Amino acid sequence: MTLANTELTTVGAVEKGCPSGLEPASASDVGVCVDPSPFVIAKDGVNRLDLAVHGVKCAGCISKIEKAMTVIDGMDSARQNLSTGRLSLEWRAAAVRPLDIVQRLAALGYRAAPFDPANAAADADAEGRSLLRALAVAGFATANVMLLSVSVWAGADEMGSATRDLMHWLSAVIAVPAALYAGRPFFASAWGSLRAGRANMDVPISLAVILALSVSLYEFFESGAHAYFDAAVMLLFFLLIGRYLDHRLRQRARAAARQLLAMQATTANRLNTDGTLQAVAARDVKVGDLILLSPGDTAPTDAVVETGESLVNAGLVTGESAPVSLKEGDVLHAGVLNVSAPLKVRATRCADDSLVAELTRLVEAGEQSKDRYVRLADRAAALYVPVVHSLAAATFLGWFFLADAGMRVAIMNAVAVLIITCPCALGLAAPAVQVVATGRLFRKGILVKSGDALERLAEADAMIFDKTGTLTYGAPRLVAADALDPAVLAAAASLARVSRHPLSRAIVAAAGAGTAAIDAHEEPGFGVKGTINGVPARLGKAAWLGVSEEDVSAGEVDAAGAVTWFVLGDAAPVRLAFDDAPRRDARDVLGRIKERGLTVEVLSGDRPLAARRLSEALGVDQWIGGATPQDKMRHIQERAVSGAKVAMVGDGLNDAPSLAGAHVSLSPGTAADASQAAADFVYQGEGLAPIIEAIDVSLAARRRVLENFGFAALYNACAIPLAVFGFVTPLIAALAMSGSSMVVTLNALRLAGGGSSKSDSSEPIAASVPVSAPAGS
Amino acid sequence: MSALLFLIPIAVALGGLGLAAFFWTTRSGQYDDPEGTAARILLDDDLDDRQAS
Repeated sequence: MTLANTELTTVGAVEKGCPSGLEPASASDVGVCVDPSPFVIAKDGVNRLDLAVHGVKCAGCISKIEKAMTVIDGMDSARQNLSTGRLSLEWRAAAVRPLDIVQRLAALGYRAAPFDPANAAADADAEGRSLLRALAVAGFATANVMLLSVSVWAGADEMGSATRDLMHWLSAVIAVPAALYAGRPFFASAWGSLRAGRANMDVPISLAVILALSVSLYEFFESGAHAYFDAAVMLLFFLLIGRYLDHRLRQRARAAARQLLAMQATTANRLNTDGTLQAVAARDVKVGDLILLSPGDTAPTDAVVETGESLVNAGLVTGESAPVSLKEGDVLHAGVLNVSAPLKVRATRCADDSLVAELTRLVEAGEQSKDRYVRLADRAAALYVPVVHSLAAATFLGWFFLADAGMRVAIMNAVAVLIITCPCALGLAAPAVQVVATGRLFRKGILVKSGDALERLAEADAMIFDKTGTLTYGAPRLVAADALDPAVLAAAASLARVSRHPLSRAIVAAAGAGTAAIDAHEEPGFGVKGTINGVPARLGKAAWLGVSEEDVSAGEVDAAGAVTWFVLGDAAPVRLAFDDAPRRDARDVLGRIKERGLTVEVLSGDRPLAARRLSEALGVDQWIGGATPQDKMRHIQERAVSGAKVAMVGDGLNDAPSLAGAHVSLSPGTAADASQAAADFVYQGEGLAPIIEAIDVSLAARRRVLENFGFAALYNACAIPLAVFGFVTPLIAALAMSGSSMVVTLNALRLAGGGSSKSDSSEPIAASVPVSAPAGS
Repeated sequence: MSALLFLIPIAVALGGLGLAAFFWTTRSGQYDDPEGTAARILLDDDLDDRQAS
């Protein structure tokens, strides 16, 4: 610690957090860093550590972080990935201390947590690379085969059959291996779905590609005039673009989720029997281990206090923000944050059995229910596949039996139907729109975890809000601070500065900058006492200050929240009342949500009275208070059973299971990491306005997707008769295919046009989402 | 017409060269951090080194 601290003062001159202001610096405290030592992988003398760094947003961040890392003696390499937030470190020297690394990052204003090495391998994104290679091969083949095909079409009348055969031969040599390589993602998915007894969109795609190749090869051997080599590879090229866009979207969401998971991977300081302190991963804590919880530490597992007395914040677990005082023999749950004084606790369960682990399992169960959501594109495919296949079959039978045209013509026309109806437009329609929509939301400071989250939000017809931290600011605020004598407030703040108690923090926030009283010290469970200008002063509970019963009850009438008292010398005690105020724009935003046809409900873990007061203040008719995490989950399931599509907005760890279990969920950027990981949307900023923005963009995105599907249907209605009656040549197929794909993509881009006029690149992403922005535009 | 006999192979070979180059870029991890790569061009580490020395 001392080593780190002396050097940190030199670093301290640098601005904290992201220098561009894109992300507010995290309230990181050098003293409360998680020691990542257990996550270091040592191999062949090289130590590797991957950290998830929170709040890295710009080039300045990369430079700050990499410079700060490379000045560490013995550090060999440091590479910050801006897309995933991952910082990869390598060193050989034994002098490098992992805790020092994290402390340096905290001093720079970045919160960092180790990636679990067990999950690190999954990050390589092998699938993305193989899709990209398939896309490149398909593009290469499309360009070259199209060149050859165009010359065949252009020279249709003059070209000798020998030259045409040469062109077809060259096309075959390029197209067949390329299509077999680039088509693998589709073949694999189609085969998997057929074996499961279903038919997804990849079945007609694979059939069209394989049939087009086989028919073209047959034509080539027969010296025929028509070959569909270009159509086969072009089809794959367009579809792979859609597939790759979709994958990029999911990959970004997965990276965000992994980063949040890493933030949860905590370590604990274990006191060994020989008196030494050892950092261990939270999951390695065993029953009976003695653990040191410093202020700022989170309990890794359920435990009993052995020695010490301290205030703890159980807000993560229960949603209730008032701190609880703990002494010897008291039980504390995993995830509880120690606030004021060091505690020695003995683990009573291992991390896997703790309450937090139980909540995590609930979250996983909720996520599985979400996997069952059928995307719009897949629903379209379910209608589309049987129709197209029966049409192709009917075409074959019609030409073969009714028109008596012979096997070759019948097959050619059936294949033409398959190719011309092939869902290029469908394959591009949804991903292109979703990429544009998530990009637009991202610029507004809203992270979308998956493409289908947009579809699900557009469907939502009920919105359930958590109270504390979601509709309210989540921290107590001093009520009527203006009415207090500024001198009294300053005096109270000089005591409050030594305390980590949330009420003390609120006093300090109201008073602004200043110094602490020199001899001020905190008595856990009671308050702070000290001397101000030679006069003894106390700040804390009424009983501890000796405030008379009448004074206490006189002030009780309007006290909705917490109260504390301040006494300076012989002066009359001053009552300080606190309230968790609703967010500035909460009432306005809830009204706008109702205008959009959603019902609004408040579901709180706080006391029923507090839930009712807030609901009434915000104009909400339906509210439930005192709900446990399980109650919340059950309530959401009941609403789902009754047919409602519920959108959940919440921030506490107690909301995480309901966030995962709801049809769609949103969570503020200040939420518990587990809740952010469970939510589909994570929004930044002080207000609730981003929720409106997310709803509006989702609705617009669904409109575009449906328009695109409508266009694809219209296009098929025109093209299919031509194909069925044998008027389609490879030239027409190529034109129709590229034309429809372009129309669909351009339609998707219109969505970006709607928002780009307001969001020029200089607009800061986070923390400054304008509350009064006309979100409807 | 015989020009085709060497022009087409040259065209295909050039295309193949481009494809090979692209494969190399994917394998060497150049698409792992698209945002970072775009941002790094703004860093002037080299400048700092010269000023420091």
